[in-house]
Amino acid sequence: MSLSGLFLMIFLVVHVSLNLTALFSSKAYLAACEFMDTNLLVQVMVPVLALGFIVHIICSIIVTLRNQTARPVKYLVVNKAAASSWASKNMFVLGVIVLGFLGLHFFHFWAKMQLQHILGQEGANAYNLLIELFSKWYYCVLYIVWVIALYFHISHGFWSAFQSIGINNSKWLPRLQIIAKIYAIVVTLAFISIPIYFFFGIHFFGLQKLIIYHVQLGS
Amino acid sequence: MINTQLQSKVPDGPLHEKWTNHKSNIKVVSPANKRKLEIIVVGTGLGGASAAASLGELGYNVKVFCISDSPRRAHSIAAQGGINAAKNYQNDNDSIYRLFYDTIKGGDYRSREANVYRLAEVSPLIIDQCVAQGVPFAREYGGMLANRSFGGAQVSRTFYARGQTGQQLLLGAYAALNRQIASGNVKSYNRREMLDLVIIDGQAKGIIARNLETGEIERYGAHAVVIATGGYGNAFFLSTNAMNSNGSAMIQCYKRGAFFANPCYAQIHPTCIPVHGEQQSKLTLMSESLRNDGRIWVPKKLEDVEKLRKKQIKPSQIAEADRDYYLERRYPAFGNLVPRDVASRAAKERCDAGFGVNETGLAVFLDFSTAIERLGQKVIAERYGNLFQMYEKITDVNPYKEPMQIYPAIHYTMGGIWVDYNLMTTIPGLYAIGEANFSDHGGNRLGASALMQGLADGYFVLPYTIGDYLAKEIQTPKTNINHEAFNETEKQIKEKINKILNIKGKQPVDVIHKKLGRIMWEYVGMARNENGLKKALELIEEVRNEFWTDVLVPGTNTEFNQELEKAMRLVDFLEIGKLIALDALNRKESCGGHFREEMQTEDGETKRDDENYMHVAAWEYQGENKTPILHKEPLTYETVHVSTRNYKD
Amino acid sequence: MKFKLKIWRQKNAKAKGYFEDFDVDNISPDTSFLEMLDILNNNLISAGKEPVAFDHDCREGICGMCSLYINGRAHGPDEDITTCQLHMRKFKDGDLITVEPWRSAAFPVVKDLVVNRNAFDQILQAGGFVSVNTGGVPDGNTIPISKLDADEAMDASACIGCGACVATCKNGSAMLFVAARVSALAKLPQGKVEAQQRAKAMVAKMDELGFGSCTNTQACQAECPKGISIAHIARLNREFLCAKLKD
Repeated sequence: MSLSGLFLMIFLVVHVSLNLTALFSSKAYLAACEFMDTNLLVQVMVPVLALGFIVHIICSIIVTLRNQTARPVKYLVVNKAAASSWASKNMFVLGVIVLGFLGLHFFHFWAKMQLQHILGQEGANAYNLLIELFSKWYYCVLYIVWVIALYFHISHGFWSAFQSIGINNSKWLPRLQIIAKIYAIVVTLAFISIPIYFFFGIHFFGLQKLIIYHVQLGS
Repeated sequence: MINTQLQSKVPDGPLHEKWTNHKSNIKVVSPANKRKLEIIVVGTGLGGASAAASLGELGYNVKVFCISDSPRRAHSIAAQGGINAAKNYQNDNDSIYRLFYDTIKGGDYRSREANVYRLAEVSPLIIDQCVAQGVPFAREYGGMLANRSFGGAQVSRTFYARGQTGQQLLLGAYAALNRQIASGNVKSYNRREMLDLVIIDGQAKGIIARNLETGEIERYGAHAVVIATGGYGNAFFLSTNAMNSNGSAMIQCYKRGAFFANPCYAQIHPTCIPVHGEQQSKLTLMSESLRNDGRIWVPKKLEDVEKLRKKQIKPSQIAEADRDYYLERRYPAFGNLVPRDVASRAAKERCDAGFGVNETGLAVFLDFSTAIERLGQKVIAERYGNLFQMYEKITDVNPYKEPMQIYPAIHYTMGGIWVDYNLMTTIPGLYAIGEANFSDHGGNRLGASALMQGLADGYFVLPYTIGDYLAKEIQTPKTNINHEAFNETEKQIKEKINKILNIKGKQPVDVIHKKLGRIMWEYVGMARNENGLKKALELIEEVRNEFWTDVLVPGTNTEFNQELEKAMRLVDFLEIGKLIALDALNRKESCGGHFREEMQTEDGETKRDDENYMHVAAWEYQGENKTPILHKEPLTYETVHVSTRNYKD
Repeated sequence: MKFKLKIWRQKNAKAKGYFEDFDVDNISPDTSFLEMLDILNNNLISAGKEPVAFDHDCREGICGMCSLYINGRAHGPDEDITTCQLHMRKFKDGDLITVEPWRSAAFPVVKDLVVNRNAFDQILQAGGFVSVNTGGVPDGNTIPISKLDADEAMDASACIGCGACVATCKNGSAMLFVAARVSALAKLPQGKVEAQQRAKAMVAKMDELGFGSCTNTQACQAECPKGISIAHIARLNREFLCAKLKD
């Protein structure tokens, strides 16, 4: 669980760095997409990544089900102020939210891009997809909700993973927790910057022209 | 009368060779035969756990019993300060002889010389054993074991693990026990209370126990029975003992013929948190180690006392010149580190003179301001942090800022079942170890010596001496628990339980127990006199009648019933209370923890009567409402020169 | 002070439990929580009712016998203490106090507030010891042990086995308990020898007995009366993984 989690967190960094290229120019973004589509290492890593997800999900289901049975009779009163973080107690729910969005994400991006490549067809223009989706306010809100859930999930998951594989001690415990916060904040802000950039860019800062320009360039 | 039954079996030869020679001369049991022999150990404190583990390692079949949900709850766990051992790691001229001598002297020359020497002799082995088990003793920066000083000693020989030494030692013994339980050599019976001893043909052959969870009465047989059930201090109701600590197993053995020795020797610990009200259930001990750095005082002026009681001033506001550090004043050589009995009486003396510093007038100060000034708060926190925290939780007073209030309380009982040098009682096959035997502590136990004795008995004495008895039992088949003796004993127990349940009076057990406790503390406590003791005997009898006519025990025998447990124990405390008072009345001298007001020096110190009382008083039960018979084991000191205890210079 | 109490009652392990309400009055703020229960019980007995069964023994916070989940917190509303050290001054006059037993599949209720914690013994029997017999050991000072290591071992070894960690953990995990023992021994040269095997055996036993898994919520260390840190759990995990890798 912890190992797959750590692996997925590395993936998140890669993913968000690629996303960020869209903030600079469509060219860079499309080039990055192109690289991901063709690089051999990336191609090898795709099934590994899928496996990482599957392992992580299966483990979490097993652990959660097991833990459900450890307390057959529940307490009448539970003091929620006890000094454990909210995220740590709701990792499964957060995970489900993240997973739910992942489905949507797959439908919107992966199915139209990578899947098409796999099927041997021409994928949709990635930059076009970005503009199309992020011009819709509800998609942006959904995206941000997802990223916030992700924030809580990884702000606990990061140090927790180190703890579970034993790379921790009383000195490093607070340090890892701070690093976890920093990591989670950076990743989260990076993810959130995309919808915000596009949504506000399109609707308030006349990015409309740019859009056409980009689209034209891309197609 | 000098009794022929009391064979102490102390081996011949020079003191320092006795144990070695004895070990060479006693019989051993072969491994093949050990497997056929069964031993019951009752109690899982330091004595019981270490004995059961060691006997299991040797290959005996051991059954170990405890009243709690786990062996680890035994009250040894609460010992704070440390454990003595003659290691001389500090190069301060400590030696086996010096530890032996300090213990004999601290016990006011009322302990058996050979036993005490053996205790001192095996003490270094205990430390080695505990270190090997992974007990995290305090260490110096260089990695060597650290020591601290304790009352009654002028050397630093106390090993410790913060303020939780008893806990750590018990976890060590408990771990060794767990290892044997896992191996199958020891079978552990938790939440079982021994209700009687079964004797077949004059030998201890088993016990009757109650399963506290179900109420079932169960029978267990063995070739030998070891009693390690601790002391009987809870006869006083308020004591530093745990709520479930009791003297019932001892009384059962006593009633079956084991002699009860020196019951009047009860130790009153000087540093306990004072009583705060009627509803208090127990007294909390503040470790003696605090006297290393704490200074005990009361105000010199009565008007300051008045103001303190009315809370008009804080203790820290009283000027240095107006404080009476009475221990330093009276005992310049030992100062705040005089033995417990001396410190307790000195506190009582000041409070009786009207200098008690709280509303009840029964408290003195234990002050750390000098030490904090000298060493800094950090060092003090490192040494006593958990004790200070505990004090603050209970009293709501911060001891870093204001002195602690302390007062003596019943803590340990030196008296117990009489045993010979082999730790066997007057009943063949019945052994008593740790606080449950009449011990090596004479009239007063030194701090950090209880842990030493419990572990010495369990690890290094009993496993050898019990072999001498069991070697004769190798042909004896397993005890038949359907034997008539088991039937008869079980029948008696059931009758007793039914009798108690059917009284259906008005008073809960606690109410009656508190009555007993008040009588004990008032007349059989820190200072005793003939009239008071006689009165106590009458009053205890009254309370006993009250119990048997008016106690109210709810529930049934066939369920988890804590009130029934308490009632059964109270029956035995009433017996012990009488025995303590009787023994105290009989011992017309002051020695150690036993202080007869008629026998004191001009400056209020104990005055012994060696001519008439240099003996162990062992009481033989004669039946309900009959006065027990007193047997005397004379104490002879071959090596030590008997003198008056002097902690002044 | 006066209080309203809502207390779990259960005749025995098999019976169905329920909550019962009580009132107590005339309680001094200096009374400990358990003394308050003593007062309640003596009132109940005098009134011909069945007293509330609860575990307790030393009443100075070291034996680990007392338990109780008070107003949603193991050992009640104070830090670094056991229930026996909790005093009524921590409550407000007139408060409603809900008292429940430890809830865990591995700690079945014996009666009312009393639970059976034998599972802890079983975990320790699986390996919570150093395999040495009595006698024949080297002098205590033969192996120097750094003060820092001894101190850390002592921190872990302060565990009193009360079960507050299990009671508090949303997963009902006994990891802090197991880790405290494993870490205490692993920190010392005497215990280091068997550290990995010990971790493996104790974790296996813990899983077998129906405790949940650790998800690092840190609730255990917050409620541990001895303030034992989850850093010890990391050490347990390390020893455990090393043992597993060698298999």
